[in-house]
Amino acid sequence: MKPSRRITIVAGTLLITCLAGSVLLLLHIDRERKGATLEEVLYISSPTLLKRMSLGYDGLLADVYWTRAVQYFGDKLTRGSEHFDLLAPLLEITTTLDPHLLVAYEYGSNFLAPKIPGGADQPQRAIKLVEFGIRNNPNQWHLYYDLGFIYYMELGDYAKAEQAFADGAKVPHAHQIMPLMAAKMAEHAGNLQTARLMWVTTYQITRDPMVKSNAVAHLNALQVDEDVTTLERVVSHYHEKTGHLPQKFADLETANMLRGTPVDPLGHTYKLMPDGHVEVRVPDDLPFIEKGIPIGYIPPRKPKLPPVN
Amino acid sequence: MSGRIIHIASNTFREAVRDRVLYNLIAFALLMSGAAILVGQISIGIERLVVINLGLTAVSLFGIVIAIFIGIGLVSKEIDKKTLYTVLSRPVQRWEFIVGKFFGLAGTLVVNAFFMALGVFAALLYVSHHFQATDGWVLVALYFIILQFLIITSLALLFSSFSSPLLSAVFAFALFVIGTFAEDLRGFAGLTRGIVRWLATGAAYMVPNFSALNVISSVAHEQPVAGQLILSNTAYALVYASMALCGAVLIFERRNLK
Amino acid sequence: MTAIDILGLEKTYSVGFWRKKPRCALKPLHLRVEEGEIFGFLGPNGAGKTTTLKMLMGLVYPTAGSAQILGMEINDPHMKAQIGFLPEQPYFYDYLTAGELLNYYGQLSGVAAKERERKVREVLGRVGLPDVMRVQLRKFSKGMLQRVGIAQAILHDPRIVFLDEPMSGLDPMGRREVRDLMEQLKQEGKTVFFSTHILSDAEALCDRVAIIHLGELRSVGAVADLTSSVEGKIELVWHGNKIPAAMKALGADCHVTGDTIRAVLLEGNQDAALEALRREQLRIISLIPVRTSLEEYFVRKLQPSRATAGVTQ
Repeated sequence: MKPSRRITIVAGTLLITCLAGSVLLLLHIDRERKGATLEEVLYISSPTLLKRMSLGYDGLLADVYWTRAVQYFGDKLTRGSEHFDLLAPLLEITTTLDPHLLVAYEYGSNFLAPKIPGGADQPQRAIKLVEFGIRNNPNQWHLYYDLGFIYYMELGDYAKAEQAFADGAKVPHAHQIMPLMAAKMAEHAGNLQTARLMWVTTYQITRDPMVKSNAVAHLNALQVDEDVTTLERVVSHYHEKTGHLPQKFADLETANMLRGTPVDPLGHTYKLMPDGHVEVRVPDDLPFIEKGIPIGYIPPRKPKLPPVN
Repeated sequence: MSGRIIHIASNTFREAVRDRVLYNLIAFALLMSGAAILVGQISIGIERLVVINLGLTAVSLFGIVIAIFIGIGLVSKEIDKKTLYTVLSRPVQRWEFIVGKFFGLAGTLVVNAFFMALGVFAALLYVSHHFQATDGWVLVALYFIILQFLIITSLALLFSSFSSPLLSAVFAFALFVIGTFAEDLRGFAGLTRGIVRWLATGAAYMVPNFSALNVISSVAHEQPVAGQLILSNTAYALVYASMALCGAVLIFERRNLK
Repeated sequence: MTAIDILGLEKTYSVGFWRKKPRCALKPLHLRVEEGEIFGFLGPNGAGKTTTLKMLMGLVYPTAGSAQILGMEINDPHMKAQIGFLPEQPYFYDYLTAGELLNYYGQLSGVAAKERERKVREVLGRVGLPDVMRVQLRKFSKGMLQRVGIAQAILHDPRIVFLDEPMSGLDPMGRREVRDLMEQLKQEGKTVFFSTHILSDAEALCDRVAIIHLGELRSVGAVADLTSSVEGKIELVWHGNKIPAAMKALGADCHVTGDTIRAVLLEGNQDAALEALRREQLRIISLIPVRTSLEEYFVRKLQPSRATAGVTQ
């Protein structure tokens, strides 16, 4: 006596059909829940409760939440979103579970504090986060840097920024930039050079590719701002001298006021407008610029950061 | 006398091995390999941190699950199946049986943890391409995890000596969970008054203190572990496990076998 | 020397969650077994045989009373080294092979390492399992397990062997072999204490028996003495197919086979029966005494208690 052939065929076919069906249904469900999935990324929103529930395995859970935070921010960034509501809770949970996860504080200062669309526009919360970090890691100079960065970049509070950098300079094995930056805060806070130095430093001292990419975008923007200011000054000088506005950059070259065709940091040539303004050719590629923005230009919801490498 | 304990212990070890317990190492190996390969893609800059966190957490969880699953049946299974009859009718004392079983399971867990440790270090080598001096602390974390195993094993054995496997599993797991909150529990007890304070304090001190034995996160951050803590934890684990074993011996000594 | 000396061993279980109802498994038992004899411990299922054995092995603690084996206390390791035990329907670690299991038991019994392998082989041969050293016990049939059980009981050359239902699970050939083995053990000067409810085995083997029923010892003694205490029976065979009414009145047990009738009745009624047949002019074929079996004794002895059964249960 052998197992029934008919039953084998029926049950086997049914099995495969159901398997295929369940996979298709899952894809369908995923599509329906696309928006929902990320919102549920927190699961449990209370950091202390989560720490209790981790049964002592908080290190691993912190890493999991950190991974989620990175994914969340990156996803929101590429998909384009007004708010990054969950970034703060995610970072808070991550650091409650593992107060020594320094890169989380870095994210706080680079992405929690800045205004939309580059960040979550929550500088005070970011300050709280970094201060928590400093309390738990009093000898990590990088955290003082993060704190000073927030005060300088987002709040313009040069006094507090100087204090932060100075405190960080006192930490054993502090980076040599710390006392330098403290001094800059005291004297040349408003300078473009200081801002540039800050971004270069951020780029150099981080290991996170997203932070690096963000720093590059800001450096590019600073360069553009400087270029546009300079170019518009030259145009104005030409107007004074000749009585009319130049038609193209070549005119300025002929008048020995300019060498070569001016290009932006990404290699696109600037545009000289009839009314003497200078504009960038591809504004989408240059988030964070404050000068040279074409009139009527509406920036995309997602700032386009240079590729992460 | 000690010869019989060793024989019972090695027989218990043999049973675990033939029960294919060590196959869990395959699952562990797959986990660590997958993690080592993926961690570079997902969490840049914190590869070592994640590998150590994941590896040690897995060693701990796998081991505790095995300790509970096997521990709860150590005595009750033998009573149910009556395999004990032919053992106890020999010149084997009941307490020797309990102690032998304990060492057998503890030995299994240590061997298991040893192979897992190799896996963790292999993954660590893979992601960071060299060892650091601070990796030595990982060994301390592993040692603490083994101390945790000793405590859980002794508790599972204690429950097994009088309770059914299902209940034993529930109790043992519950004590593990509560044990991770042990510090909080002691703090909480300090806030209460009157008879509740006595009860809470009593309970808080009876629960196994797993919170002090979990140094995974700090080791992952390359922080050292105080030598004093190592000594105290060792003593605590030995004392606590002995206490549970004595309980098991007392109960088992009095049992009428069905 | 007295091999086993049971002094008022008693066991009452508390049954029920609130420990209300006590169930008496064994009433105070007094019994002595001498060295070198084969002693049968007989009784129906639930009589208290296994309870007694478990108390002797130290697996269950008596409510009252005590016992000594070879003059030593129950939990004395020296004593345990000299006894062997086969439990009822034994179950062994099925992940071990027969060789490993016996080796393990040998270790626990203190058999020297040098001799263990040899003894294991020897004892497996003795119980009729010469080729199973490397076979895992989970593959064994019930009969094979029973034999392994006997093997582990005699492996370390004990002075007394306790067997609980040693014949269970064995086919007639196997039972014969076990009976022969038990005889051999006696030849070697060992004491064998075994419990069973198969009376024919006991009858064939035992020097003395004890009969226990509902936790109570009913009688002790040599088989011959016991059976002879019961009134004998005779078997009467006659030709024809007619059963005289008088026969029935005498309480005869009649069977008709073809053209002969066979009747079994008490010896005392012999004359009356013969008279009844003569009156009917029936031709007698044979008249023979029927040997009282132990079973007969058993049934008769336990009859009155059956009527009052259920009191303690």
